[in-house]
Amino acid sequence: MKPTTNTYSKEVLEHFSNPRNMGEMNNADAVGEMGNPSCGDVMKIYLKVKDNKIKDIKFQTMGCAAAIATSSMITELAKGKTLEEAEKVTNKDVAESLKGLPPIKMHCSNLAADVLKIAIKNYRKNK
Amino acid sequence: MEKIYLDNAATTYLAEEVKKEIASKFEVFGNPSSRHSFGKEARIEVENARDKLANFIGAKSDEIIFTSGATESNNFAIKGVALANPNKKQIIVSAIEHPSIIETCNAMKKQGYKIDIISVDNEGIVKVEELKKKIGKDTLLVSIMHANNEIGTIQPIEEIAKICRAKKVLFHVDAVQSFAKLPINVVSIGVDLLSISGHKINAMKGIGALYVRKGVKISPLINGGGQEDAMRGGTENVLGIVSIAKALDLKRNEFEVRNSRDRMIKEILKISGAQLDGSQSQRIYNNACFSFYGIEGESLQMLLDEEGILISTGSACSSNKLAGSHVLKAIGVNKFYLNGSIRISLDCLKVLTREEENYVVQKIKENVEKLSKISPFKFVEKEK
Repeated sequence: MKPTTNTYSKEVLEHFSNPRNMGEMNNADAVGEMGNPSCGDVMKIYLKVKDNKIKDIKFQTMGCAAAIATSSMITELAKGKTLEEAEKVTNKDVAESLKGLPPIKMHCSNLAADVLKIAIKNYRKNK
Repeated sequence: MEKIYLDNAATTYLAEEVKKEIASKFEVFGNPSSRHSFGKEARIEVENARDKLANFIGAKSDEIIFTSGATESNNFAIKGVALANPNKKQIIVSAIEHPSIIETCNAMKKQGYKIDIISVDNEGIVKVEELKKKIGKDTLLVSIMHANNEIGTIQPIEEIAKICRAKKVLFHVDAVQSFAKLPINVVSIGVDLLSISGHKINAMKGIGALYVRKGVKISPLINGGGQEDAMRGGTENVLGIVSIAKALDLKRNEFEVRNSRDRMIKEILKISGAQLDGSQSQRIYNNACFSFYGIEGESLQMLLDEEGILISTGSACSSNKLAGSHVLKAIGVNKFYLNGSIRISLDCLKVLTREEENYVVQKIKENVEKLSKISPFKFVEKEK
């Protein structure tokens, strides 16, 4: 069957229904944000950094199932990594960890790794 | 629990009466154009259906052309009239027309036509004065839908028809969402062309019609074996035609559907960050369209699907083109609400039970709250 928007992988649906590390972080060391409500997707990532490692990470997302699932997945992939390791995670890695995204969602909703990079950049800037 | 289907503006199920009617004609397989007895048998079905449909909208039988559906009818109305009247090069439509009108106009634009798009107010009602001013000597056609497919707004088509008549320009109405739900008489409205669809009124998919007032010059888009008075080639979709005629007999419960819809609107508007999109009063009775602050509609649609509630959304993410609803943009919906819209379109034949209504409201509330928790944008109640 030709993949379409209404065929999400089991992994996407699972992360969408039970998002990990979701919510605001009050005492974050850095925040990254990307997107525009007019387009439908906005992601925000909060970091708590200790000894150059991501000690805690949280997200808030307005968006479709793919946007929410990729946000949730990036927090799992990044947690515990050093900043240098975390920076190397790509949007493609995120999509692959979720066993793929519908083609139409690959560009618009797959920006979690970019948001993480912005958060790390902001961390370094403010340090 | 059985699923609750609230997407009747997208399509409807085949009504039992329609199923039975089609089943009773399965053996009628002749080609209506054949001169033998099997052909005649099929011809009778087609012409009886045509008479019935014509009568239903106050038209004459030879003013009805069967098509493959409303998209073809809308294409036919615009392109067919353009082909037959090559001296006029301006087309006027509203900002909230169905894609089958908008995209047809975009295609005409590439052919050198001037397309004027009339804006709507924040309820989605066409600005009639603006329309009046745009009509000129070069105007080929004005095309305005009767009821909008997303927000359900009903347009003042009688008033627009009068203007078009006075200015001697053709007037086409896309009546897909209103046909068989609201009374339509082509003569008393004064419309020149009118598009109709079968599958929105519990008939089959793949069948529609275009009413063309006698005297309107139009050329066929599909040339072929002379069917439909040489206006639309191709062997007639006999069972589809039978189904659309049968669907005219179905009893639609306007009063009860409207009450059910109104009760749900009242309850859903109590949800924090909810707003009703479109008009309070000028809205087709089976439609309700809401937006929720800071959340995205496709997510809400998926969560509701898991709860057994089937609705649609105007969110950018849900469309094939990833562009948000042009209708919601045209009525000026705020960007924090724009992608958080859902449309509820009720079944006009079978009314929801109170239990079902309450379930729908409760699940919408729960899932809007769930997504609001995930969202970085929190709705703050304005101090009154």
